Amino acid sequence: MQPFTTITSKAAPLPIKDVDTDMIIPAQFLTSISREGFGANLFMRLKAADPEFFLNQERFKGAQILVGDSNFGCGSSREHAVWALIGAGIRVVIAKSFADIFASNSGKNGLLLVTLEAAVVDALLEEVTRSDLHLSVDLATQSVSDSSDRGWSFTYDPFLKHCMLNGLDDMEYLRTRIPQIEEAKAKQKQSWFFSVGAPNR
Amino acid sequence: MKRTIIEKIWDSHVIAAEPHTGAPDILTIDFMLIHEVTSIQAFTLLKERGIPLFDRSRIAATLDHSIPTRTNRFEIFDDSARAQVEALRKMCAEFGIHLYDYGSGHQGIVHVIGPELGLTQPGMTIVCGDSHTSTHGAFGALAFGIGTSEVGHVMATGSILQRQPKTMKVSFDGTFQAGVFAKDAILKLIADIGISGGNGHVIEYCGSAIRRMSMEERMTVCNMSIECGARAGLVSPDDTTISYIKGRPYAPKDSDWNRAEDLWRALASDEGALYDREVSVDIDALSPMVTWGTNPEQAIAVNGTIPRIEELPETHRKVAEQALKYTRLREGRPIKGTKVQWAFLGSCTNGRIEDLRIAASVLKDNKVHADVTMYVVPGSEAVSAQAEQEGLKEIFESAGAHFRMPGCSMCLGMNDDKVPAGDRCISTSNRNFIGRQGEGSITHLASPATVAASAVAGHITSVNG
Repeated sequence: MQPFTTITSKAAPLPIKDVDTDMIIPAQFLTSISREGFGANLFMRLKAADPEFFLNQERFKGAQILVGDSNFGCGSSREHAVWALIGAGIRVVIAKSFADIFASNSGKNGLLLVTLEAAVVDALLEEVTRSDLHLSVDLATQSVSDSSDRGWSFTYDPFLKHCMLNGLDDMEYLRTRIPQIEEAKAKQKQSWFFSVGAPNR
Repeated sequence: MKRTIIEKIWDSHVIAAEPHTGAPDILTIDFMLIHEVTSIQAFTLLKERGIPLFDRSRIAATLDHSIPTRTNRFEIFDDSARAQVEALRKMCAEFGIHLYDYGSGHQGIVHVIGPELGLTQPGMTIVCGDSHTSTHGAFGALAFGIGTSEVGHVMATGSILQRQPKTMKVSFDGTFQAGVFAKDAILKLIADIGISGGNGHVIEYCGSAIRRMSMEERMTVCNMSIECGARAGLVSPDDTTISYIKGRPYAPKDSDWNRAEDLWRALASDEGALYDREVSVDIDALSPMVTWGTNPEQAIAVNGTIPRIEELPETHRKVAEQALKYTRLREGRPIKGTKVQWAFLGSCTNGRIEDLRIAASVLKDNKVHADVTMYVVPGSEAVSAQAEQEGLKEIFESAGAHFRMPGCSMCLGMNDDKVPAGDRCISTSNRNFIGRQGEGSITHLASPATVAASAVAGHITSVNG
């Protein structure tokens, strides 16, 4: 995954509560066996239903920062939702809250989720809809700022931060722990543990 | 210290992170299910990096999401879906993972075959690249959905990185009235606490109504834990759990069985254990439920009225307005009597044999309404075979319903089974998101009994009329 440094970009609005992963990438696109190519169908249904949707507006072209509402990314566990956002050039989503599995998937693909206070997100949504707003998101200092020097700080998982800043995925970290994992599994093992493909009768 | 079952399973599977590293803990995983949609990219990653499988004996594969449910299901018309199914077969062969393929007797929805094979056992950590993995929690397992990257982690290391979840106790107390089922109970919970009410938590379902439920009913409840945002949902094991597992193909045998049973019973939450949050639902007062909107919390009693926008909390009004526009319903009106064109019985929520029995009992000596197309899609080949043996298939077909081959089917419309644009479907599935069952389709979630009653009536109604 690409390292995350500072992203400065115009922001785009997505003023919808409970954005579900079916909205982000509908199921009919999930037959692909690649991680690439989902960006073209990002928010396909919302885009088709609403001419004002941010993806239909020239002024939001190239936006890398999305401002959402609350419980962003609920529903299915499909990592394709994160691949679609990344594929369409989105690197940061700012919202009041995020769904658990979506948050976990985001951290593994370099998509930064920034949780800010509800009142701040409401104000940003309003502003970004009304006028052009450029934001800078700095993960190292865990802060969001705009060109008029307003700033907001956010909390972030320290381990994920390390991975994101260095472009590491956690697979390699886990693999270094295989000896401890094997030791733990040997202790947990029960005599009745099955082997798939070889039923006990 | 008194512990919940959630903490007991967590404690026995966790490798604590080294202090001061800030890293999450490592949770060892006992069993993983995989299917064609969310695992190919994980196999590809392992191949690209030359990483071997950690333990193939603890992974089971099947086909469910993108396969046809036509009688001739070998012919997959969609090029991309066909390539995906072929890729899973190829990867399983290459990595030596056992695939419950067509004709194995156990091909089916991941969350239906795990329990029916006895692979799902109490005290286990179970994952799958599917958010409804919480279904397996019915057995007292800590089971949850993961993304494809984590599927890769389990393939490579038999574990994932996790931070300890918060705990929530949900009590279902009381007795179900006639015509009211487990599906109604979980829809009521989601309506009460909201679509994000469980975020960050693992739910333990407790109470007298849970204790009286069959394993199939508990699976329906646990299945929809994700619809209120919970990471997982589970039920402490008891006699019902133990007798369901006994004798299944992968269940422990002989002296192993006795040892397993003792340990499984000891998993139940300690009396007086504390939870981060507690919620209760009065089952005595519960009536059949149905959704009216475009997310699972937008549910009311079948005999109830759609809420008025102004009566909803301010934060919910816009979502409700947009939902009603999409579902073409009016605020303040009864939902009963709304005409449906489709009825779907199936999915990991309600595609098991008991669900088919309940629906068949409603359809027996009845006809599906002339304006309604009804799909009955068994959750697995085993469910299908049993339904045929018990004469349920004949009841469905005599009533004019289509009895199909096993798979996820119309729950998410990844295959050819789609509700056409503008049509309304009463469905036993788990999500009523916009377009979930096909572009422009409208979904109403309900129990198998309510779906069957509505299919006969041609409009939304319950068996209680």
